[in-house]
Amino acid sequence: MQRNSFNRLLAATAIAAAAMPFGTQAQTQTEISFFYPVAVGGAIATYIDNLAADFTKENPTVKVKPIYAGSYQDTIVKALTAHKAGAPPVTSVLLSTDMFTLIDEDAIIPIDSFVKTADDKAWMNSFYKAFMLNSQTGGKTWGIPFQRSTIVLYYNKESFKAAGLDPNKAPATWAEMADYAKKLTVKDSSGKVSQYGIQIPSSGFPYWLFQALAIQNDVVMANDTGNAVKFDDPKVIEALQYWVDLSKSGVHPAGIVEWGTTPKDFFEKKVAMMWTTTGNLTNVRKNAKFDFGVAMLPASKRKGSPTGGGNFYIFKKSTPAQQEAAFKFIKWVTQPERAARWSIETGYVATSNAAYETEPLRKYGAEFPPALVARDQLPFALSEFSTHENQRVTKALNDGLQAALTGAKSPTAAMQDAQKEADRILRSYK
Amino acid sequence: MKALHAYLLLLPAFVLLVAFTHYPAVATLVESLFSTPKGSRPAVWVGMENYALMVNDPVFWKAATNNLWFALATIPLSIGLALMMALWVNERMTGRGFLRMAYFTPTVLPMIAVANIWLFFYTPSYGLLEQITGFFGLPSHNWLGDPRTALGAVTVVAIWKEAGFFMIFYLAALQSLNPSLREAAAIEGASRWYFFRRVQWPLLMPTTLFVIVNAVINAVRMVDHIIVLTRGGPDNASTLLLYYLYEVGFKFWDTSYAAALTVVLLAVLASVALIQFFVLDRKVHYK
Repeated sequence: MQRNSFNRLLAATAIAAAAMPFGTQAQTQTEISFFYPVAVGGAIATYIDNLAADFTKENPTVKVKPIYAGSYQDTIVKALTAHKAGAPPVTSVLLSTDMFTLIDEDAIIPIDSFVKTADDKAWMNSFYKAFMLNSQTGGKTWGIPFQRSTIVLYYNKESFKAAGLDPNKAPATWAEMADYAKKLTVKDSSGKVSQYGIQIPSSGFPYWLFQALAIQNDVVMANDTGNAVKFDDPKVIEALQYWVDLSKSGVHPAGIVEWGTTPKDFFEKKVAMMWTTTGNLTNVRKNAKFDFGVAMLPASKRKGSPTGGGNFYIFKKSTPAQQEAAFKFIKWVTQPERAARWSIETGYVATSNAAYETEPLRKYGAEFPPALVARDQLPFALSEFSTHENQRVTKALNDGLQAALTGAKSPTAAMQDAQKEADRILRSYK
Repeated sequence: MKALHAYLLLLPAFVLLVAFTHYPAVATLVESLFSTPKGSRPAVWVGMENYALMVNDPVFWKAATNNLWFALATIPLSIGLALMMALWVNERMTGRGFLRMAYFTPTVLPMIAVANIWLFFYTPSYGLLEQITGFFGLPSHNWLGDPRTALGAVTVVAIWKEAGFFMIFYLAALQSLNPSLREAAAIEGASRWYFFRRVQWPLLMPTTLFVIVNAVINAVRMVDHIIVLTRGGPDNASTLLLYYLYEVGFKFWDTSYAAALTVVLLAVLASVALIQFFVLDRKVHYK
């Protein structure tokens, strides 16, 4: 696969070089390296290769060199290590929440410095506000949304029918969700649960899913400057209590629910409703052997979900010419038609309203309405939790959440401990 | 002149060792005494601050205790299992080749891949383990999601992975034993257990020492499966030292603190290795 595309690239360069008249050969080509988080070759890697090649066709002076760097975590490790060694990539797609980390390491430059024309400004304003929240701080824009997602509720329509619920009506409030979950929980003759009503994964990064509960309970856990958190706010504790109660009442599996096996639990009918990323839509569409529905998350005091996923960043330690070229590439790749195709290919949410107005995405939405749920939820979405020392602060929160969910601590004690730890970590950023 | 010649011959290996072992070790020690450089803030001398931080870090102590339990379980169990398997497949019997291969398979499989399979073994309700316990009417249990069983679950994976590797060393050692010893024992009427205890086990001691050294190193080195299975959770219940070190170094980017952790880990490993070589070595019978 990769060798194939490499050969193709090689051939293309050879042909291009041969075809070029002598006059233009003297013109220098700017090469920009582009770290992209994908672990193995496959449909997505090919798609990115094609994008890079298409861009060079339209802009012969710039050559984009995609480098596949593994998971998000692997990619930021590689990018930051390269930055510290003085040779970072020119641009990279990294988690939107890594913004503060990248700023603290002095690794990236604001995108604003490249925005000059009215057209540029219009482009910057075209993205959904919810996505820009994670891309801006201190009055500057540091990232451009590319592959973004939110959390939605997937439910098994057949189980709904079996439980006497309307299969076209997903729970709209917390109380309804708890009630539905109770009705959907099925026990066998020995009293063992054969199907749980609901599950919200809590392994690895429970903070992301918990953030949805917190937003719905009308509280934002981190401030805009990323140096203060509100883990011990009564509304946060109340949100955690709701999650713990679901688990205690036996309608949600006990202990920690694995993120990776959650879709499989859903396919195996071990759970009737699950919360997971919109990025799983294609997976569920392919593997669910029953009629399923996708809905917005239920509301407590309001509707809501955090956004997630990756942004484009431009690295500081590269030449101005490379940075300009990278900006041009980012602008090109996020144009509505391309964003629309990207969304159809991958299941990520398209990043601008204009993308949803394009013909291909409109058609796709008409034929597969669940694809539009994420978009409809965006007006209620807020930024993903992000602070300075982001990974360390989220670990404090994750540990607290897991302690409460496994019953090791009460929700109040768990969140107070997490708050103390976060205050300690963030004290030097105040 | 002769000495110069010898040093020249040693030079290539020496350069590699210095560049990739000795220099990094010293650099780590030095770095652990400075603060982590951040963007425009360069590193400054902080002396023992990183070590003081470690003493007050509950996650470090949790990881250290977990690692101790992990080592106490994996070292004897994997060695015992390896020895049993080696004695078993050393016998003449049909299907011996197949058995040997089956026992060795876990060693050649990449850890990340098998951990993903184990993830589904441990899955509540429909995982393999649950199907077996369910058959006997036992209640369902969330093995990786319960802080009381998470560490045990990842320990089992490590033992399963390691035992086959150690078996190979024991098997090789068993086959190099002089067959006349067995015949002599048979003539004397020694039982199999007596023969093992008095002849095979003492003669296997050099192998056992080698395997123990490896097992100790692996007990602090194997963390790949943690990344797949639990990511150290729930609430640090299955965090091991090296996993915590990785988190501090490459997730939190607190490289100085990570360096301090590395120094401690190195010191512990070095002292264990010294004890092994100077104390255990005396009890080993070499031919």
